This record gives sequence, C-alpha cells and structure tokens, in this order.
Amino acid sequence: MALLTLSSPHTHGSNRTSRIMLTVALATLPGLFALSWFFGYGTLINVILAIATALASEALVLKARKYPVSFFLKDNTALVTGLLLGLALPPLAPWWITVLATSFAVVFAKQLYGGMGNNPFNPAMVGYALVLISFPVQMTTNWAMSFQVSGTELISITDTLKVIFTGAKELTDAYTGATPLDEYKHLISKETSDQLLQRDTFSGWLNGGWEWVNLAFLAGGLFLMIKRIITWHIPVSMLLALALCSLVFGWDEDLYTPLSLHLLSGATMLGAFFIATDPVSASTTPRGKLIYGAGIGIFLYIIRTWGAYPDAIAFAVLLMNFAAPFIDAYTQPRTYGHDKPRRGLKPGDKS
Amino acid sequence: MTHLIQLHEFDGGIHPPENKLQSTGRGIKKPPMPNELVLPIHQHIGAPADPVVAVGDTVLKGQTIAQPHGYVSAPLHAPTSGTVIAIEDRVVPHASGLTELSIVIKPDRQDSWIEHQSLCAELGLDDCDDIPADALIARIRDCGIAGMGGAGFPTAVKLNTGKYTIDTLILNGAECEPYITADDMLMRERAVGIIRGAQILLQILKAERCLIGVEDNKPEAIAALEAALLELHEEHHIDVVTIPTKYPSGGEKQLIQILTGKEVPSGGIPAQVGIVCQNVGTALAIAEAVDEGKPLISRITTVTGDTIVDKGNWDVLLGTPVSHLLKASGYQAPGKRKIFSNKKPTRIIMGGPMMGFALPTTELPVVKTTNCILAPTNKELPANDIAMACIRCGMCADACPADLLPQQLYWFSKAEELDKAEQHNLFDCIECGACSYVCPSEIPLVQYYRHSKGAIREERATYQKAEQARERFEARIARQEREQAEKDAKRKARAEAAAKAQEAKKSAAPTNSAADKASISTSTVQAATNSADLEKLQKQLTGAQAALVKTKEKLEAAQNDPDQADKVALFEGALAKTQDKIKKIAIDMAAAKKAAKTSTTEAGVSDKGDPNSPERLKKKWDTAHARLETASKRLTEAQEQGLDTVELLTQGLEKQKARVEEAKAAYEAVSSSTKNSSVAEVSTDDLNKENANDELNRKIRAQQDRVAKANERLEMAKAEGLDTVDALTKAHTKQLEKLAGLEAQLTPAGEA
Repeated sequence: MALLTLSSPHTHGSNRTSRIMLTVALATLPGLFALSWFFGYGTLINVILAIATALASEALVLKARKYPVSFFLKDNTALVTGLLLGLALPPLAPWWITVLATSFAVVFAKQLYGGMGNNPFNPAMVGYALVLISFPVQMTTNWAMSFQVSGTELISITDTLKVIFTGAKELTDAYTGATPLDEYKHLISKETSDQLLQRDTFSGWLNGGWEWVNLAFLAGGLFLMIKRIITWHIPVSMLLALALCSLVFGWDEDLYTPLSLHLLSGATMLGAFFIATDPVSASTTPRGKLIYGAGIGIFLYIIRTWGAYPDAIAFAVLLMNFAAPFIDAYTQPRTYGHDKPRRGLKPGDKS
Repeated sequence: MTHLIQLHEFDGGIHPPENKLQSTGRGIKKPPMPNELVLPIHQHIGAPADPVVAVGDTVLKGQTIAQPHGYVSAPLHAPTSGTVIAIEDRVVPHASGLTELSIVIKPDRQDSWIEHQSLCAELGLDDCDDIPADALIARIRDCGIAGMGGAGFPTAVKLNTGKYTIDTLILNGAECEPYITADDMLMRERAVGIIRGAQILLQILKAERCLIGVEDNKPEAIAALEAALLELHEEHHIDVVTIPTKYPSGGEKQLIQILTGKEVPSGGIPAQVGIVCQNVGTALAIAEAVDEGKPLISRITTVTGDTIVDKGNWDVLLGTPVSHLLKASGYQAPGKRKIFSNKKPTRIIMGGPMMGFALPTTELPVVKTTNCILAPTNKELPANDIAMACIRCGMCADACPADLLPQQLYWFSKAEELDKAEQHNLFDCIECGACSYVCPSEIPLVQYYRHSKGAIREERATYQKAEQARERFEARIARQEREQAEKDAKRKARAEAAAKAQEAKKSAAPTNSAADKASISTSTVQAATNSADLEKLQKQLTGAQAALVKTKEKLEAAQNDPDQADKVALFEGALAKTQDKIKKIAIDMAAAKKAAKTSTTEAGVSDKGDPNSPERLKKKWDTAHARLETASKRLTEAQEQGLDTVELLTQGLEKQKARVEEAKAAYEAVSSSTKNSSVAEVSTDDLNKENANDELNRKIRAQQDRVAKANERLEMAKAEGLDTVDALTKAHTKQLEKLAGLEAQLTPAGEA
C-alpha cells in the first residue's frame, strides 16, 4: 500500500494568497466607482490599461525566467499592482504614462528583485514615483475635474479615449484642472482661506468629488479590516500622525492646508488602506506597523506642506519601505518565556 | 469546582475544524489479540532501554523485558504473555522511517499476568498515604511510565523536581488537536482512576492544588471528572477547569499560561515556576502502577478518519501493529470501493492532523505515545498545494502561540541565516503548526523550522568537536612541557640528595646496638596492648555510629510526624550526645593508633603492623593491578567514544602501571627474602640473631627496591633515548653488586 508521507501539519485553513489579492481588488471597487462617477471614465480606462500591462509584463518576465506563467499569474499580485497604479494615476494621463509606470513597477520593482514577496519597495509606488519625477507636467496637469467643479457635463467616453490615446490638447485643457491639494498649496500665500474656499475647486463640502472618493476608499479599507486581511495598525497610525502634524503645524488655515483637506483629499485613504498596507514592503511586527504607519503620515505631511509636490503618498511610502527591515529588527514582540523582547540583530545577544 | 479559577489567554492560536464527534460515538473497545507485538526499546525521550530477555524466552504479562539505560530512560514490559521470537531492527513510528531494535513477542493468548501488587501492600504499610515520595517515584519508574500526551518524557524524571518547590499540579485534559478523542473518552470512562492518579501526584509533589484543564468541547468528560471528584472527596483540592477551545491550548506551556498566567522560562521547565504538568492518561497509568502494580503495557488510541468504518477509541496493547488496528477498525483503503476512484496515495497519520506525522508503512507498532491513528481520505485532508511566495502578510505571527515572528524565521531559514533565526528565538517554537495552518501561501513553515533547528544543532555539535580537539591539543602541549619540567626538577633533586647523602655518610656516628635491642623487646609488648586497645575503641566507635544513625532516623520521623513534635528536642539532645561520644572515641582512637604505629615501627617485627609483610605487599600488588585493569578499561571506553578524557586517562594508566611494577617488585623481593629468612627463624630461638637477620632482610629489601628503581630509570632512559643511559647502566650494575653483597651476608647468617 503506497502511503503519502508529508510533514505536519496535515490540515490547512482556507486562506489563499490569490483569494486575498482578489479581496483587495474587490475592496477598491467603491473607490473606483466614485472616481469614475465624479471624474469620468479616465480612471476606469487607466485601470484596465494598467492591469493588462501588469499581467503582460509579468508573463513576459516569468517566461524569460522560465517560471510557470499561469501558476504565478494566478496569484493575482500583478493584478493588484496594476489596479492600484491605475487608481493612483491622473485620470486623463496619457496612455504611455500608465504603460510605462506599470511595466516598470512589475519588471523592475518586482520581478528583478525575485518576484512576488521579494520586493523591498511597493512596486506600484516605484512606478508612480518614476513617472512623477520624469513627467511632472503630465502627472500634475492631467487630473480630470469633477463635473460639479467644471460645471459642464462629464467628459464623454470617446473624448476620454481621445485625451488618453491621442493627447488631444484642446480637450485636455477643457477637462483638466488642479487638484484641491495643489490649488490650496499654491494659492494660500496669495489669498486667505475664506477667499480660497470660494473657488470652484472647493465648491462646497462633499461636492468636489474628492471627499467622496476618499470616503469610498475608507469604506473599502474597513471591509479589508473586517475580513482580517489588513490590521488597523498602519492606517490608524498613519492617519493619526497626519492629523497630529496638521493640528500642530498647520492649524492656521490662512497659511497651511486644513486638516479636512489633508484627510479627505488626494490619495490619503487609498494610501492609508491600500498602499501603505502592502504587506511585502511594510513592517511586519505589530509595534513596527505603528511606527511604519506614523512615519508615512509624517512624511506625507512634510512633503505636502513644504515639498515641491502637492501629494506625497508614493514618496512617503517608499521612504518608509527603506526603514521597514530596521523597524522590524527593533520591534520584535516578546516571545513566550522571555523576560523582554529582543532589540536589533546583534549576534550573540540573548534576551 | 469549589474555587474560582481566573483564566488567562495565550496569544495567537487557531480554530481548525474539530472533527471529534466521529470517534466519540462509541465507548472504548479492545481489539483482538494480534499475532505479534513489536516493542521498540526507545518509546520515550532519553536513552533507549536495554533488553533483558533473549530470543526464545517465555514472558509473562507485565514482565520487564528491557531495563532503563541511565537516568533519563524507561523500562519496557511485556504487554501479554508469550514467547520472545525476535530481538531485531524493525521500522519504528517516526517520520524518518528508520529502524530500531525491537523486542518481538508472539502472544500465547493466555494473557497470564506476572505477580503484581500495590505498592502499599509491597511495602507492608497500613496507611497508603504514608508511602514516601521516593518509593512512589521508583514505582512509577519501574512501571515504565512516560508522558502519554505525545512527548513520552519519562514521568519519574519529570516528578523529580529537585530543588524546585511545586505549588500547582496541572493535569492536561485539553486535547486540543482535531480528531483525537483518546483523552476525552478516557476522562469519560475512567475519571476515578485519573483523580486517583492526581492524588498520588499531589502526594509526591507535595503541591497545594491540582487543576485539571479540559476544553469546553468535552462536557461529558468534565461531568465525569466532577462526579469522580465527589466520589473520592477531593473537591477541595482538585479543580476541573473548563477552558475555551482553541488550538494549541493543550500545549504544556499554553495550558500553564491559561490556568495560572505564568510563563515557563525559555529553555526552562515548568518546575521553575512551581508547576508540574501531566497528561490525564499519564495520571491514570500512575494510579494503576501504584495501586495495582500494573506497568504501562497498553494505552487508549483513537482510530478515525474517513477511510475508517468503525471510528472510535481502542484500548490497545503496546506493540500492536497499526495494520492490525486498522483492520479491526474496518479500514477501507481508498481505491477499493469504486472502479473509477482516486488512486492517489493517502496518508496514515500517527497523532493529530496538526502535529502528527505521516507513517511510511502501517507495519509499525503502537507505542507509549500513540494517541491517534488518523486515516483520512485525500478529500478530507487535502495535501498542500505548491507553496507560493511569502507575502509577509503576518497572519502566521497573529496565530503564533509563542509570539514569534514566523515569517521572519521562514526568511532566515530559507536563506540559511541560522544565527538570525536563532536570535529570533527559533528554539522557542513548539512546532504546533498554527502558522502553517493559516499561511495563505501554503508554505510548510514548520518543516523549515525543523530543518533549521537540525542544522543549528549540527553546527553546534561540529563547533563543540572542534573546540574539544583544540583543547586536547593544548592540553597535550601543556603536559609535555610540564613533564619536561618535572623531569628536570627530579634530576636536580636527585643530584642534591646524592650530595647530601655523601655528606651524611661521612658524619654518621656508630650507634649503640645494645640499647636498641632492649627497647625493641619492651616496645613489642606495648604494641600488643596498643592493638588490643585499638580494637576495643573500634568496637565502641561502631556501636556509637549505629546509635547515631538510629537516633537520626528517629529524629527525622519525629520531625515529619506532628504527634511526636515534643520528642524532637529529646532526640536532638540524644543526637548531640552520641555525636560527642563518637568524637571522643575518635580522638582516643587516633591517639591509640599513633601509639601503636610508633611502637610497631620501634618493634619493626610485628607482623600485623609491618607494612612490608609479604601478605600486605601481595595485597597491594593485587589492588594496584586491579586498578590498572579498570584504568585501561576506562581508557579503551574513552578511546572508543572519542572522549576528551583520553589524555588524562593515558597519564593515569602510565602512573598505575608504574605503581603495579613497584608493588610487584616489592612483593617479590620480600617473598624471596622471607623464604630465605624463614629457615633462620625456624632454626633458632635467639632473638638477637633473628633481629640481625631481619635487619639484613630489610636492607636487602631496600636494596632490591633501589635496584628495581635503577632498572626502571634505565629502561625509561633507554626508551626515550636519553644520553644518561650509560651513567644509569653503571648505577644499576653498582646497585646489583651491592644487593649481591647483602644477600651473601644473609646466607651465612641464616645458616648459623
């Protein structure tokens, strides 16, 4: 009688990496819907384009590395990378920006490090940072305006395709505008907060679209938390750090962006729940996650307030990616039976 | 449940499907007697036992067939009566599939017991509560009891808590592994025995309380235990504590944490925090061993899984082949039922699905630690898919009951960064498998940890070996230097001594021989009285010592017995008095001995006291020879085992050889001289002449010694090729000449 001999345990829970990735993708749907509702089909097209690029480049590299292509594509990590990039890029960004960012993310930031699980940096954010630095004009001016802001009709699907794939200049100009974070940051030195908030971009609470988008991503994030796919540590510490910085340094709304704008504008919630929580490149210990999240919140505030860029999720996350292994080494939990937790990686150090 | 126990929670843990109902549908049954019982000699943690039966021997049920080898070991007993048909290597229940020496018994189906009785009856005690802890532990050891929860650590060793005071005894009835119900059914059906075991354990450990931890998915077992508590009137000392079902709450460390909030220090034992933890099955085995004299020869084993028709628990004799048990349970090998069925190989797991191991074959026996045989279908417990990459999701860290960082350990293990893995407390991993269970990438994490642990242990052993080699080398160099220095010093000392002797010879004055003779005769008489005194004193001393032992015993008994508390002071006084007496006798004796010694040396002829008498020398030689033999035996052993004591032992052996030679030379010299002198002694009554002869004999003996020594030195010099060979040869010849001269003198004296 042939018997199968395997190492224990012989039973397994129902968790699967591919299913976790699918759940993450599912949790972005409210945000995607909000983005499409307020800013047109741009994001949807970006997302499709980015996912296609991500899967194609992943397949190519896997093939080149002589790995089984379908087995690894099924883990859905490339799908999530493409999806997140598509959500993060300006809705009316030219197609080649999306393709470049996504392929760079998958090929360089992920596969060249060894593929899934081995990348020290969040691939989507590496791709994002690349195009942000290389093509600042397209990355800051191609943000679609909310139909409520522009006061016109929502950009049609054909116009969107035209803008994205042909870069039709007059159409682009008609439908794009500065984001709230960008406008507030650049105009607050000239105007008072009250004057500034009279502008179209800020026309009324919950009307600009960005608040809804952020609330949608918040809902998706809470869903992930309930599903126990992410823990509360990183989002909570990141948002708390951002809020604290804003209250301490930016309490004067005539000088600095107000807290509500920080929390509910830009990519704050997308970053807090979907990008900073990428487990591969984040800190893994409970205490480490708190420090890691807080670091992102602080960097986010510093760059948004005193840096050259209006938003800073990508840079803040990448900077903390650098620090994650170090944080992990110093935030190990206290193991059962030990008096105190071990700190650092000093050899021969017994706790 | 008289006390309210504050429960604590351990971090992590998982809730896998319990799958216990399948095997609790019926009571414990006995399978038919198998055709042969295979008993591996290593069913416990520690050294394998030594077989004490031979092939062809007939054995009775309960007869010892293997004795423990060393302290951490356990004996083995025949599970039934029959014949030993083989003592050979058989496949043992271990994941490796390796073989080990096993005693194979063919049952005679009489099942006739060896004589056995309760410890109480054996000791002839009226009150069984009086049995001393040592006797209980010895009985537990003799009955071969080893932890039955799965680890198989010899129970007697665990109960020898040494310097630690135990306040809490914990009986582990948690049984958190899915599928297994052996302890559950045991608690339901034999609760009284378990409580009795707890009583004995409390008696041994002198612990204040006993907590029996049972998961809340076993209400029947809890009820049975509560009823047994009432029956034995133990409801005030022993508490049955219901704990929430969560894997691995049955882990010793986790159960201790749940019940007491204490943590066993890393690398330590529960006794360090005043706790001893025993499985409920072990407690029952202890009760049977102490109250009935039954050794551990059977156990309860769950046989379950979807390929089993009669799922349930069996009271199995140790050594029963798994195949026999499967057959008794109606095992249906997959692929037999349908034509188009899945013919992929299935697993047969010994233990539970979380920590058990898949058997390489069913032709291996049930052993002391076999709590479950799980024979699932592939559909029931599918094998893991190909592992995906770790995404550091941290679910493993959330599940880890030891608060480790499993994903970090995995990365370090995979990269063979063993030092980092060790720093991340790899050795605190209890291999419960919770991390692997929750891992979404289906990585066999525990397998990685086992591999790393093995690699680290190997590394340590290699390092230790290298260290030992280095130490040996350094010791050798040091010894060679020391020997050289000693040789130089000796040479110098000899030269100086020779110079002094020359001087002394020159200045020596002739002695008054007449006075000497007179004093000899008186001192001989004195020596005789002295020795008589000495004997008397010796008798007194023996008597006093016996009295002391008795008094001490009485005192101890009085101290332990509250009824005799008033007598303690009395005994203490008596003890002090006896001790004083002994001291006095000892002083007297020392004085007497001294006197005797001086008189004998003065007399010089008293045979009894003469250290140079042939009998004594022969004895000396014999002992020296015996010592030499032991020394060489030890050396061979050490060489065989490659111990680092070889150097030391070799040195000792050399010394011992020299001593033997010396003793032999001395004996031969004396025996030959006494032969010579005996003629003289018989033929004459003249004391003077005898004395003269003796004087001469002594001189000859001394001379012979010198010759022997000179010879020895010469040999040594020759062996080492020293340049002193010539000088030594000369010295040797000279000494020989002197000896010849003395012997020539003796012969005429003897004849006269």
